[in-house]
Amino acid sequence: MPFLPDFSFYNAIVYIFKGTSLTVALIVGSMLTGLLVGLPMAAAQVYGPRWARYLVGLYVWFFRGIPILVLLFLFYFGIFGVVERFLGEILGRKVGVPPFVATLATLGLTSAAYQSQIFRGAILSLHQGQYKAALSLGFTRVGALAHVILPQALRVAIPAWANEYSILLKDSALAYVLGTMEIMARIRQMVSITHMHVPFYVLAGLIYYALTWMGIRALKRLEERTRIPGLGTADAGGGANDRAA
Amino acid sequence: MTGRPEGSPPGAAGPPLMEARNITKILGGKLILDDVSLSLNRGEFKVLIGPSGSGKSTLLQCVHFLLIPDGGDVLLEGASAVEMGHKNVCAFRREIGMIFQDFNLFDHLTARDNVAIALRKVKKVPKAAAMARAMGELERVGLADKAGLYPAQLSGGQKQRVSIARAMAMEPKLMLLDEPTSALDPELIGEVLNVIANLARGGMTMLMVTHQIGFARHLVNEINFMEDGRIIERGHPEALLADPASRTATFCSRLSELTGNQ
Repeated sequence: MPFLPDFSFYNAIVYIFKGTSLTVALIVGSMLTGLLVGLPMAAAQVYGPRWARYLVGLYVWFFRGIPILVLLFLFYFGIFGVVERFLGEILGRKVGVPPFVATLATLGLTSAAYQSQIFRGAILSLHQGQYKAALSLGFTRVGALAHVILPQALRVAIPAWANEYSILLKDSALAYVLGTMEIMARIRQMVSITHMHVPFYVLAGLIYYALTWMGIRALKRLEERTRIPGLGTADAGGGANDRAA
Repeated sequence: MTGRPEGSPPGAAGPPLMEARNITKILGGKLILDDVSLSLNRGEFKVLIGPSGSGKSTLLQCVHFLLIPDGGDVLLEGASAVEMGHKNVCAFRREIGMIFQDFNLFDHLTARDNVAIALRKVKKVPKAAAMARAMGELERVGLADKAGLYPAQLSGGQKQRVSIARAMAMEPKLMLLDEPTSALDPELIGEVLNVIANLARGGMTMLMVTHQIGFARHLVNEINFMEDGRIIERGHPEALLADPASRTATFCSRLSELTGNQ
């Protein structure tokens, strides 16, 4: 341990909080990876040809069916193991994929599976005539998605996305198994030095609680700021609204 | 087809603006359109009527190539949609406007942005010009004061007028209207029909599916009666409706009995 000779609780807590930035980077990175991969998958599953829908279904089925812990090991030793060996042979020297990268890829690609279903539901909740109307105005299929469907689907998806954030945040606590020095890895180091289980795990719980709260709150703000006037609340309709039957 | 006399449309000389040739469409294993042909000269206003399920909406969508016909072709000013191919189908659609029964406004955009977005993103008109054009179109349908409102804040009649403004902003050569007033409360129908009548008087070429026969008979050049995927009668409204034996006249009198319209 880096400071065994002069261990103090102050140092321990500073050390743990430094791991928080790694956790945050992991979450932001994997949420964005999940968004960038999950969004096209959702669009493909709703509007794509049969083979594309089948492939997305297969992807989702794979990632949803396996525990995150197993996926982390599979990616690290399996896929990245092969990548390391392959790159090593090409470059003629030993190549190591950092645990952070392996963790981010695993969490991001797993989240993509879940997020694709969030966005699929959001797209399907929209009035589909809008897509047709966009095509009738001369939009390409991609243009109709980008300018009409996705701006609305993303808004609808925010509450479910907040859910996915809180789940992913807690899944990230497993990253320590690959040696990513995030919150949980550092907590466990401190526990093994001090043998004080409860105080450090309480601290871990508090940090995760704070991160969850901040993220959810930020997303709630985003939801309110992007709300479409007249839509999105149970008592919808500002003024002369008569949604024709 | 019972070969009823054609009304004499304006500008009948020269090639038609739009010509749908032998359109066939199969949906879910069922023959929805069976070798339908229809043409419109510039400035003509024609109406499609017929029982539900007869293929009227499908025909409009095939003319627009929103649905690709299984057989036949659509020519717009002589240019064939089939020959254009998949890649240019967007360019073909851009030339034709479509008004839908349930408006299909973009829920996340204000009335003005609904009208401006295709100008900006499809025609690449600069933002300021697109916005000015959008305001002009909204003024034309009497909604300049609602430009900043979102669809959920508009009445059904206002939504449909915005959707007409949105289509008109693209300067279509042909306008297709698919039961534009069917989803409206009775007291809101008039404002939409007024806008459509103004378009007709302005010389817009239009093909409309409607059951508002009282409105249509004084404005349109031709009624096309559809049944089971075919146009079985076509002719000038006065001629068709005056003939008590025509399928159109029986259908319309049954409609009026139901709705209490003339």
